[in-house]
Amino acid sequence: MLPDLSITLVFIAGSIGLLMGFGGLLTWVERKQAAVMSDRIGANRAYIRIPFTKIELVWLGLFHGMADGLKMLLKEDFKPRTYDQLAYTLAPYVVFAPVLLVFAVIPFGGMIDPGKIFPALSGFFEGRTYPMQVANLSAGILVVFAFSGLTILGTMLAGWSSDNKFSLLGGLRAGSQMISYELVMGLTVMGLILVFGTVDLRDMVNQQSGLIGGFLPAWGLFYQPLAAILFLTAAIAENKRIPFDLPEAESELVAGYYTEYSAMKMGLFMFAEFIEIAIVAALFTTLFLGGYNLPYMNDAGFTLPGGNTIAISHGFVVLLQLGTFLAKIFALCVFQIQIRWSLPRFRYDQMLSFAWKLLLPITLVNLAITAVVVWIKDGAR
Amino acid sequence: MSTEVRSSLTPIHTAPGTATAARVTPTLPSPTDAPAPVPRQELHQLRYNAKAHVRKEYWNAPTMTLWERSYLPEILRGLTITTGIFLRNMFKWVTGRKGALTTYYPEEKRADYAPRNRGKHILTQRPDGSPQCIACNMCATVCPAKVIEIEVGFDVNDPAHPKSPVRFEIDYSRCVFCGLCIEACPEDAIRMVQDVPELVSNDRFNMWLTMEEMLTWNPQSDVAKPYPPKGGKPILGAPVKRDESRGGVSSTH
Repeated sequence: MLPDLSITLVFIAGSIGLLMGFGGLLTWVERKQAAVMSDRIGANRAYIRIPFTKIELVWLGLFHGMADGLKMLLKEDFKPRTYDQLAYTLAPYVVFAPVLLVFAVIPFGGMIDPGKIFPALSGFFEGRTYPMQVANLSAGILVVFAFSGLTILGTMLAGWSSDNKFSLLGGLRAGSQMISYELVMGLTVMGLILVFGTVDLRDMVNQQSGLIGGFLPAWGLFYQPLAAILFLTAAIAENKRIPFDLPEAESELVAGYYTEYSAMKMGLFMFAEFIEIAIVAALFTTLFLGGYNLPYMNDAGFTLPGGNTIAISHGFVVLLQLGTFLAKIFALCVFQIQIRWSLPRFRYDQMLSFAWKLLLPITLVNLAITAVVVWIKDGAR
Repeated sequence: MSTEVRSSLTPIHTAPGTATAARVTPTLPSPTDAPAPVPRQELHQLRYNAKAHVRKEYWNAPTMTLWERSYLPEILRGLTITTGIFLRNMFKWVTGRKGALTTYYPEEKRADYAPRNRGKHILTQRPDGSPQCIACNMCATVCPAKVIEIEVGFDVNDPAHPKSPVRFEIDYSRCVFCGLCIEACPEDAIRMVQDVPELVSNDRFNMWLTMEEMLTWNPQSDVAKPYPPKGGKPILGAPVKRDESRGGVSSTH
C-alpha cells in the first residue's frame, strides 16, 4: 500500500512538474524560434541578478517567461459586470484541469523496478515493479478523448459568461471548431485501435517496439501514415492554434473567448494552450512514434533486425526511455511551433468545410480500408 | 443648332453640317415594347437564383492547379522555406556569427543613419561660448509635447542680451522630434544635428538632455550672428538705433 502510494505520488508530481516545465519552456521556445526564423533576435533582456553582485544572468532570455508569469500574477484581476460570475470564474479552470488530466494515462516509460535502481529502497519496495504512468487504465485512449472533450465546455463557458460580443463569437467558433475536429481526431485513432486491437496506450507502445517486415519498427506512423497526418492536423485545430486560431483571431475578435479575462485567468488560458502543445506531442508520440522506445528497443534492451540482442542495465533503460520520450515530445513541439509560424489563418467557412468535406471523408475512407485490410489479415472470417 | 436638345440618344459625334439631316429624334420606348410582366412566382424564383444561389465570380479569383489545391505539398513547401531560414540563422548563431538583421541597441550602433536624420538638439553658441539663446520661451511654447524647460537668468552687465538660459533641458522620453522648436526660434539658437542622443536608461528621469550636453557643439565658422553685434556696444537705457536701410526693422542684438 505505502510503496504503491509513494510511487504514484512521485509520478503525479513528476508529470505535473514536467507539464508545467514544458508550458513555461514552450513560451520561450515559441518566441525564440519565431525570432530566429524571421531574422530577429527575440526576447533577451530579462535577467536575474545574483544578490549582492553585479552579475546579471540573461541565459538567452529564458527568464522572460518568469517575468511574464510574475506580471500576470501581480496584475489587477479585472472582473466584467457579467450576470454569470460563477461561470466566468470557473471557465479558466475548466479549460486548464482536463489538459493536465489527459497526461495521466500517457505512459512515459516502461516498467520500473525502484528496488533495483535504488538498492537502499529494495527492502521498502520488496521487488515490486510499476509501469511508468500515473494511471495505468485499460481504457487509455477513451480517457484521453473524454478529458480533452471537457476543454470545449471551458471555452464555451468563457465565451458565454463574459457578456461580450467578441467573446461570444469566439466561444461559438471554438465550440463548432473543436466539436468538428474532435470527431476527425477520434476517427483517425479508430484505425490505430483496429491495427493494434487495443485502446490501452501502454499495450499500444509495447506492440510498437516490434518490427514490420523484419527491419521497419512497427510504429503507428508506418501502419497509418495518412491517419498520422490527419491526427496532427486535427490536434492542432483542437488546440486552436494557427492556422486554426479562429476562436481567438486577433485581427477579427480582439482575443476571442478570453477577451474579458485578465491577469492569471488569462494566463491560465495561455498556459493551457502551451501545455496542450506538449500533450498533443505526447499523444502523437505514444500513438504513432513508438512512445518512449527507440527503434528496435524494448524494456530489456535492443533487439536489432539481424536477431542480435543488446542487453542493457535496468537503470539505463529507464533513463533512456525517459530521455527518448522527452526528446520526441520536444521535437514535435518544435514542429508544431514551426507550423504555427509558417501558415496563414483559415477563413471560418474554409475551416469548417475543411473538416467536414475533406478531412472527415478521408478519415472514413482510411478507416474503411484499414478495417478491410485487418479483416483480411485476420483470415477474412 | 442652338435649338437642338441633346438627349442621351443623340449621337455626340455628328458633324455640324449634317446635324440637321441626320438628327435623330429621341424616342422613348413605347409601352408596347416593354417586356411582359413576369409572374410573381417566377420573379421570386429569379431573384432567389440571382441572389443566393449563383456564386459571384471574381475577375481575380485564384486559379490553382490540382497540386496546389491538394494543400499538403504546398504546406510542406512553405515549411521547407521557413525551416531553411531557421536552420540557416541557427547555424550562424551556433558558429558565433549574428543570425539576425536586428541592430542590438545600445550594445550595437548602426552606422547607416540617413544624412537627413536629425536626432539630437544642440544650442548654438556665440564666439565666447555663451548660448545664443535669449530665453524667450518660444520653443517651449510651441512644443507640442511640452518637453522643453527653460529657467531664465538676467544679467544687467550684458545689455545686448540681458536674458539668457540658466537651465535649458529637454525631456527626451517624451520629445517627438517634430522640429517645431527650431522653426519657432527667432535667434537660430536651437538646432537639430545628425546625431542620436545616447540616453539609454531604465529610468525615464535619466532621459533629460541638459544644457551642458547641448552646448558641446561649437563650430567656429558656423555662428550665424556676430558678437558683439555690429554698431558698437549699446548703452543700457539708450534708444534703440534704427537701421533705415532695413526698413526700420529692429534687432534684439
